[in-house]
Amino acid sequence: MARAVTPRRKVINTSLAWLIGLLIFFPILWTILTSFKTEAQAIASPPLFLNFDWTLENYGVVMERSNYARFLWNSILIAGGSTILGLIIAVPAAWSMAFVPSKRTKDILLWMLSTKMLPAVGVLYPIYLLFIKMGLLDSRAGLVIVMMLINLPIIVWMLYTYFREIPVEILEAARMDGASLKEEVLYILTPMAIPGIASTMLLNFILAWNEAFWTLNLTAVNAAPLTAFIASYSSPEGLFFAKLSAASTMAIAPILIMGWFSQKQLVRGLTFGAVK
Amino acid sequence: MATKASRSAARLMMAPAVVLLLGWMLVPLIMTLWFSFRRYLPLRGGDLGWAGFDNYVRFVTSSSFWPAVQTTLVIVVGVLVITVCLGVLLAILLDQPMWGQGVVRILVIAPFFVMPTVSALVWKNMFMDPVNGLFAHLWRFFGAEPVSWLSDVATPSIIMIVSWQWLPFATLILLTAIQSLDSEQLEAAEMDGAPVLQRFIYIILPHLSRAITIVVLIQTIFLLAIFAEIFVTTGGAFGTRTLSYLIFQRVLESQNVGLGSAGGVYAIILANIVAIFLMRIVGKNLDN
Repeated sequence: MARAVTPRRKVINTSLAWLIGLLIFFPILWTILTSFKTEAQAIASPPLFLNFDWTLENYGVVMERSNYARFLWNSILIAGGSTILGLIIAVPAAWSMAFVPSKRTKDILLWMLSTKMLPAVGVLYPIYLLFIKMGLLDSRAGLVIVMMLINLPIIVWMLYTYFREIPVEILEAARMDGASLKEEVLYILTPMAIPGIASTMLLNFILAWNEAFWTLNLTAVNAAPLTAFIASYSSPEGLFFAKLSAASTMAIAPILIMGWFSQKQLVRGLTFGAVK
Repeated sequence: MATKASRSAARLMMAPAVVLLLGWMLVPLIMTLWFSFRRYLPLRGGDLGWAGFDNYVRFVTSSSFWPAVQTTLVIVVGVLVITVCLGVLLAILLDQPMWGQGVVRILVIAPFFVMPTVSALVWKNMFMDPVNGLFAHLWRFFGAEPVSWLSDVATPSIIMIVSWQWLPFATLILLTAIQSLDSEQLEAAEMDGAPVLQRFIYIILPHLSRAITIVVLIQTIFLLAIFAEIFVTTGGAFGTRTLSYLIFQRVLESQNVGLGSAGGVYAIILANIVAIFLMRIVGKNLDN
């Protein structure tokens, strides 16, 4: 960023970038604003931007009417559960691939990636059938397993790229000093790996939270997360813009905040380390 | 040097992940293949026996097949063109010195984190509703007749919604790639008097080609499978039925599992063709 620029150019850059940024962000801003309007104000013509009576009424209505808490709880359990389960399975795998690589490590990694490319719709019925047979349809446990499996390749990949950055020399030095495998993992690797594991968790939580194919097709009432809760607003019912906005705001707010923290890791996780 | 013991330990540590993914891939895949050769109608008699290649032929010859292929192509290509072109321009802009860069970056990335059902419904109702939508207000303000977006121009509307969701992804990756560009090279070209357009074509674009390829491949795989955006807006009506949506309807709505599975096999083959190219690039990257 050492390039010298004229102040005039910087002003132009800044205003253009802000204009475009606000334009892209506008639908989200509009949703948040509308969530604080009354239903009548939400469809007022001309549209009201900030000059309306702010109210929290919609949030109350949404929470009361649709048992919002249960959907939220399902989302947290499914996204959180699949993330933790995925980490338990992926950490040892990524660890061994990064520190004890063999000739086949690369092939295994690429093969794992290829399972992520399998179009969900191609295997929808088999999974549906297996879920019925095993009594997993519309259960949280079933969705935790599916979310874990669809994101497992990404978790292994991200952890692998992080672990590979840990210098092997440190491990060797520890070994020379007589550290056991357990001590090595506990006192040396874990502290160094925690930032990588944390970003992997974050990204995986976001992906699982927003997943909308399996969550819509494999749930009905009991296990339905927020994706399904929002989809229930797809058939219009009188005046509902403000309620829809309140429901939407509640569904996206936690993830927006988490996403802003993980934007750097996003590139690594979504391109499988191919863009740095 | 890894010892024999650590090698077998490593294999053991990898085993759960490998076995689970192998099962997750093979079991449904074999079932889909099996169903695709059966006349299988769960609500109308169940498994009615061997069907040979009937399902494959029927899927391709049905009157909804080619329109679905066309819609899929239009949506995928449309979104790719929009997100890559705007993404390149936006990435270049965001790479320039400015005030509040971090905030702008956050504003631009935000749509990527919005749940697909939310973005589809927000666009459908609050922007594209022909009576109360913001676009309708805007159109009336300029004295024009409001447009029924999701019925009259349904496919372009869906392209717009999906582009909004994926533009942040393209921008973010292209921005990361641009930031690794050697700025001295650009400065040298600037000193030599190369005009902006030439600098863009001969320096920036070649540098970005790999990142663009990756964006195109990854997005293609996800775009071939978009579901929620169609499910909650048009439900596949008004010419927005993509190949994956057609398969979904065959399997779950009309419960013709044999036919749907044959479609699923086509979709798997299609995704694999794209995936092979992506794997090559990623694989090369692993070597160094």
